[in-house]
Amino acid sequence: MKSAVIVFPGSNREGDVVRALKSAGSQAEKVWHAETELPQGTDLVVLPGGFSYGDYLRCGAIAGRATVMDAVRAHAARGGLVLGICNGFQILCESGLLPGILMRNANLKFICHRQFLRVERNDTAFTRAYAKGQAIDVCVAHGEGNYTADDETLKRLEGEGLVAFRYSDAQAHITTDANRNGSMNSIAGIYSDKLNVLGMMPHPENLIEDLVGGTDGRGLFESLVSSFSRAA
Amino acid sequence: MKARVTVTLKNGVLDPQGKAIEGALKSLGVEGIDGVRQGKVFDIELGTADKAQAEAQLKAACEKLLANTVIENYRVEIA
Repeated sequence: MKSAVIVFPGSNREGDVVRALKSAGSQAEKVWHAETELPQGTDLVVLPGGFSYGDYLRCGAIAGRATVMDAVRAHAARGGLVLGICNGFQILCESGLLPGILMRNANLKFICHRQFLRVERNDTAFTRAYAKGQAIDVCVAHGEGNYTADDETLKRLEGEGLVAFRYSDAQAHITTDANRNGSMNSIAGIYSDKLNVLGMMPHPENLIEDLVGGTDGRGLFESLVSSFSRAA
Repeated sequence: MKARVTVTLKNGVLDPQGKAIEGALKSLGVEGIDGVRQGKVFDIELGTADKAQAEAQLKAACEKLLANTVIENYRVEIA
């Protein structure tokens, strides 16, 4: 499996994502935002976290319109896999690949802590290694993660099973306390209609080694690699 | 030609920053504030002297980048 990790000015989590992908068994290369094409044979595109363009205008707004995003959109339209983490999720929303928007956290604070997520479904390329309803222990670090969409979009996401992860407690219960950024329906991540694009605020790439306190993030990268080798 | 684009949050969209500013104004003792909504202003220089063309260019700028029309409205004023 070949992964392309897109780097924008201000991205800062690309190194950790490359490391997580390689440790799960994928090839991974960094691709500069001004490129017009993805490397030949790219299976997965990752938009990593950070502060692309200093969060100017709106988080992800300028990166969402970068040259390389046309190639990313074409890749997604062909059914190719796309993963956006944190600022990458904001970029996916701004680029039109996912609906809704990430607003300022409801408590106006930058939040940075360990966070449990409930895995809403495990039949996608991103979550096969998890159990449905499992609480995974990862972390969040963001100021604008408050997922917001209009009623119609929200109804569609819920009705079509497009919510990927919700903020939960350690027992996978969805509580107000666990939803610290104020996201609608405690949404931490969503899929595109065809389930090939995933955007999520939390950072699975931070928790891939016991040395740093946990390995629950590994499952996402292992799912991607295994679902790809299955398809190939 | 100069233009000013004003981008504001749509009604009903929660504006935590506006709420925080409203609270700060109240704590400063500024009276009579019933609500604050924060927006953005862009002052734009245009090369054209044609008003219709300027309007079209500004509309494209707003729709493509300046406003996220999921949550924001925009208003264009040409000087």
